[in-house]
Amino acid sequence: MTRSLTLAHLYPDHMNIYGDRGNLITLVQRCRWRNITLRVQPVTVGASVDWSDFDLAFFGGGQDSGQALIADDFLRRQGEGVARAIEDGLVMLAICGGYQLLGHYFLTHTGERLPGVGVLDIHTIGGKNRLIGNTVLALHTPFPAATAAPSPSSACPAGTSYLVGFENHSGRTYHGARVAALGHIITGYGDNREDGKGGAVYRNTIGCYLHGSLLPKNPHLADHLLTLALQRRYGPSTALPLLEALDDTLEWQAHWTMVERLLKRVAKKRGERERTHP
Amino acid sequence: MTHPRTLFAIALGKAAIVLSRALHLGGGTHVPGTLARSIAPNILHTLTAALPQGVVLLSGTNGKTTTTRMIADILRGAHRRVLHNRAGANLVSGLTATALAASNLAGRVQADMGLFETDEAALPQAVRETCPRLVLIHNLFRDQLDRYGEVDTLAQTWLQSLRHLPPTSTVLLNADDPAVAFLGTDLPAPVWYYGLDDTRHAAGAAAHTADSQFCRRCGTRYDYSAAFYGHVGHYVCPACGHRRPQPQVRLVRLDLHGTEGSHLHIVYPDGELAFFLPLPGLYNAINALAATAAGLALGIAPAPIHTALEHFSAAFGRIERVQAGPGGSPMLIALIKNPVGASETVRMLTDSAALTGTMLHTLVAINDRYADGTDVSWLWDAEFEPLAALLARATVSGTRAEDMAVRLKYGGVPPERIAVEPDLPRAIDTALATLPPGATLFVLPTYTAMLELRENLSHRGWVRPFWEA
Repeated sequence: MTRSLTLAHLYPDHMNIYGDRGNLITLVQRCRWRNITLRVQPVTVGASVDWSDFDLAFFGGGQDSGQALIADDFLRRQGEGVARAIEDGLVMLAICGGYQLLGHYFLTHTGERLPGVGVLDIHTIGGKNRLIGNTVLALHTPFPAATAAPSPSSACPAGTSYLVGFENHSGRTYHGARVAALGHIITGYGDNREDGKGGAVYRNTIGCYLHGSLLPKNPHLADHLLTLALQRRYGPSTALPLLEALDDTLEWQAHWTMVERLLKRVAKKRGERERTHP
Repeated sequence: MTHPRTLFAIALGKAAIVLSRALHLGGGTHVPGTLARSIAPNILHTLTAALPQGVVLLSGTNGKTTTTRMIADILRGAHRRVLHNRAGANLVSGLTATALAASNLAGRVQADMGLFETDEAALPQAVRETCPRLVLIHNLFRDQLDRYGEVDTLAQTWLQSLRHLPPTSTVLLNADDPAVAFLGTDLPAPVWYYGLDDTRHAAGAAAHTADSQFCRRCGTRYDYSAAFYGHVGHYVCPACGHRRPQPQVRLVRLDLHGTEGSHLHIVYPDGELAFFLPLPGLYNAINALAATAAGLALGIAPAPIHTALEHFSAAFGRIERVQAGPGGSPMLIALIKNPVGASETVRMLTDSAALTGTMLHTLVAINDRYADGTDVSWLWDAEFEPLAALLARATVSGTRAEDMAVRLKYGGVPPERIAVEPDLPRAIDTALATLPPGATLFVLPTYTAMLELRENLSHRGWVRPFWEA
């Protein structure tokens, strides 16, 4: 059986900062290596699309000017369709600006309230300084990772799945009751620097602030999204193995190199604190 | 009469330069400047104000070091004594250290004019402190977003800074980069433009790395009749009509000859120049065009411009050929540091491989130290895909070797052709050991990886230390 999926890429012209297109390259290649056809359809300003055609969607971050240019189009033209599709189980990954636009609103630090689609129970408040740096978050629900290599050393506790990425945002995003946190921050700032939450999950939609790009170094998340999309298209009880294992040696090397480097730094800081405040 | 406090700062700064060189702390390009400025904050102004022929500042994302060196060679060929931050220390502290090194203890700088490559974020302060007679802005691309912030924010800061230049200064801008050309709008200072008129080098649609493909005035997407790379090309806004200005200095014909170099034919209001530039790639030709325009704007005759560019050799790591010891393999080193620059370097390598029918052997060294940018997301905005069909072997190294390996794999390079060796000296050995006889090793390092490479090659006796280069 040939499997095929269709992905909506929201505003690739404007929302394409910090290498977020690496996420798309990753999804395309991991499908190609498994003989899954992944059709990518760009959704640009002024486009009219039927959201029920899509299995997956990707919405990246942009420059402030880029986000301002597309926000209105997104709300007016795509907002209702996207919201309905997300309620209906559309598999979506939204990073940074894309994540913010799915929430209720963005309150800028000058007090202007910019509306979002409101399908995610989150809101964002603009900060003056940017939160920038490498970040590791521990997933609350580890993805079933058939291809996951074991951690190469004892520095990383077994049985926990991490995501590693790079955040660069001034918005502080706060969660309401109708979203679950994707994970909690081990190192970095997270969604708002206050409550340790990193990313939000609602139905099959995941939003977070992780650039890096996110998916190339986190193949378990890439495969999780593809699994959800295949389940949605072909039914959950299919007898076929949904996703074949790939040789992810290089991907996991990249993943664990950064996770270990960052966790060691955390452990070192903790050690210093304990020595000065026993 | 120089203020005693300034004299003390000069003496201290000069001592720091001598000390840091003696202790091998890297040539004394940063600390002495910072030290002297903490005592006499005006010291850069004081030292440069006395230069009889003024100061030239050059900024932009890519090509700063190479273009500034070209201008320095042109000026020297025209018998000007040039104060130049040749080692590439381009923050205000580095400019200060450069001036200190050339100054005597009385604060007199032994030079006719100052020529400074200037960090993008440092440009406004450098403009304030040096009152330049010429400011050249070369291009503006996405680079180290963790440090510089977004491209649009930087363009705004530059615009504010240029508006303060008096009519006695000149601003020289790249007409083909809309983010840069737009800076020439309504300035008190006169503006010159340079540009590439040979549209045979158009690569098709503006690439996804294009940051400024939307009209600077009204936000509509530009129509490109020719797109050279990134957002650089011939553009016009279909809504408000904002378009590429007509340049005064035009590269009317450009013929690229693989990794050897290029033939350039440049036309300007009073004449024309044709020469062979012994540096490969489209972007180096544009660098030479900018240097020519700067020379002409400074009143230099065409003959010394011609001579300097025909004999130009690049700074270490910016396209440099090194031999791996006596009788050893040739290595060609090309710094990569941001998406547009890396994509253009890849294009230069693949064009040349296609031309000669050979496969490429590369060593890519990616670091994520502060000077490189701590975010390596940019690797995913760069086009490594053209390498897939032409790459015989890639050794990847640096603190982010693994990220680079994944980038190449997803760019279509079979994993068995990728060797991961984070330790740079070992990676050099690995890459050379697998290199077939007669083949060239193409080394693509980020900035700090390039410095490490230089140190290691200097240790092996293959090159000189960077502050002597």
